[in-house]
Amino acid sequence: MSALTMDVDFGHKKPVDRSTGGEPVQGLVAEPAKEMKMEKTLTVPAEPGTPFTETLASIGRTVLPPLLGMAILIGIWYIATMKGGSIPGPVKTWDAATILFADPFYSNGPNDQGIGWNILSSLQRVGIGFGFAALVGIPLGFILGRSAFLAAMVNPIISLLRPVSPLAWLPIGLLVFQRADPAATYTIFICSIWPMIMNTAQGVQRVPQDYLNVARVLALSEWKVVTKILLPAVLPYILTGIRLSIGTAWLVIVAAEMLTGGVGIGFWVWDEWNNLKVEHIIIAIFVIGIVGLILEQSLILLARKLTKESS
Amino acid sequence: MEKYVEIQGVGQTFETKKGKFVALRDIDLTIKQGEFIALIGHSGCGKSTLLNLIAGLTLPSTGVLLLEDREIAGPGPERAVVFQNHSLLPWLTCFENVYLAVERVFGEKEGKAKLKERTAAAINLVGLDHASAKYPNEISGGMKQRVGIARALSMQPKVLLMDEPFGALDALTRAKLQDELMRICEATKATTVMVTHDVDEAVLLSDRIVMMTNGPAATIGEILEVKLPRPRTRLTLAHDPAYIDCRAKVLEFLYEKQAHVEKIAA
Repeated sequence: MSALTMDVDFGHKKPVDRSTGGEPVQGLVAEPAKEMKMEKTLTVPAEPGTPFTETLASIGRTVLPPLLGMAILIGIWYIATMKGGSIPGPVKTWDAATILFADPFYSNGPNDQGIGWNILSSLQRVGIGFGFAALVGIPLGFILGRSAFLAAMVNPIISLLRPVSPLAWLPIGLLVFQRADPAATYTIFICSIWPMIMNTAQGVQRVPQDYLNVARVLALSEWKVVTKILLPAVLPYILTGIRLSIGTAWLVIVAAEMLTGGVGIGFWVWDEWNNLKVEHIIIAIFVIGIVGLILEQSLILLARKLTKESS
Repeated sequence: MEKYVEIQGVGQTFETKKGKFVALRDIDLTIKQGEFIALIGHSGCGKSTLLNLIAGLTLPSTGVLLLEDREIAGPGPERAVVFQNHSLLPWLTCFENVYLAVERVFGEKEGKAKLKERTAAAINLVGLDHASAKYPNEISGGMKQRVGIARALSMQPKVLLMDEPFGALDALTRAKLQDELMRICEATKATTVMVTHDVDEAVLLSDRIVMMTNGPAATIGEILEVKLPRPRTRLTLAHDPAYIDCRAKVLEFLYEKQAHVEKIAA
């Protein structure tokens, strides 16, 4: 088929970015999860059978730079806090951390619980809010991707609501649910749902026309089209949406918990600020970072496993 | 059946940003049952557009297309298409790709065992038994195209439509697949319409070669009947005066009568 006829033949079916009225979805829509494959090519462990020194060298190449970076960061931190002042140095923070993590799961009433409980309850809120967002957002994305009319109807609303900070929704949540805990979960739901809807819709629109033509020639039922063609084709986009959502959700939960209180890592940070235990705040920053990293990396792993199986 | 596929006064106009674009006009063609037709012409002459019309993937702006006296109003499995880029689903194995088609066409009447048998037979027909359990990205381009042909044939279509099926393959693989296709078409008596750029391919395979004028507003320029006896073999044909004559006629059409294509394109 020549380029010319191709253009005009399927011009109306081209995967145009309907979801945003023509503008690219900045930040929210990334390329599908496959891109991640490249990241790891540098850190492939040496093949078995290569000489020991070479293996060692390759480990050195992958492990050394991050370690060096960390060491420099801690070094700067150490030097900056050497003269004393309100920010504790690395040694003091480390000491506090060993005490803190010696018993992460103690519970002395609702306002004094171990750091483990705080992390788990934050994760629980993220999990629930995020789960609901997936349940609503992915099917909605499918519908918007399949129907240009519905997409044109809903997209202005999404464009209007998407830039709103999820925290602006918190008072509404408090008003509706009358309790802090579901309000925080609801905030997570709100911030997770946009990337989910938009990536799924975009994925559906970008399903190659060839595959849809196969479906048309075979005259497959809508159910078969969804299960055999759309779902596998859109899966990488859905996973990207999930990955972006969980990153934002983890950002937002800390702020939301600071406002709502209760048990949670965000609340804990605020509580330690009120107690002026600055070393605990620094520990919290590290903990939040590490948990976020684990969440993201495990989703990347999942995405790689699923897309490998399906492609 | 003398009038199996009928194309009557068909034209195709597309709405583009620059206004109306007339791709095809005044196409009249009748295809006999069991006939092998090649559509040949320069790039942009609307060969693929015509094929898509027969497939029902697009509907004509004017005129009508009939298959067995019934209007072609949309795509359907009785007009199987072998796509230019094979269009296998990458998440299904070769077997599953063919099975999807078989299940759709025969699933209501036949049991699973019979459907699997049909699938295996179609894969066997194109000589790919050993690759049946492989995924499309694990096999070569020629093999993918054979799976695409197996998928189309497995549906036992009334008309087999092929859009430059061998265009992306190297010359040796292409020759091999052409021979295979000839054998299959003779065995199944399939009515076939094939879009091609390749003059030798058109003469070797076809009963009639439909030569199209240059676009825009392309139409049928000439129709050449290839009166070579079957079965044909490429080696004996190479020195056959009738073959050489057919080949020359197509070349004349393409490079003398319709030679100004480059100027239009530029």
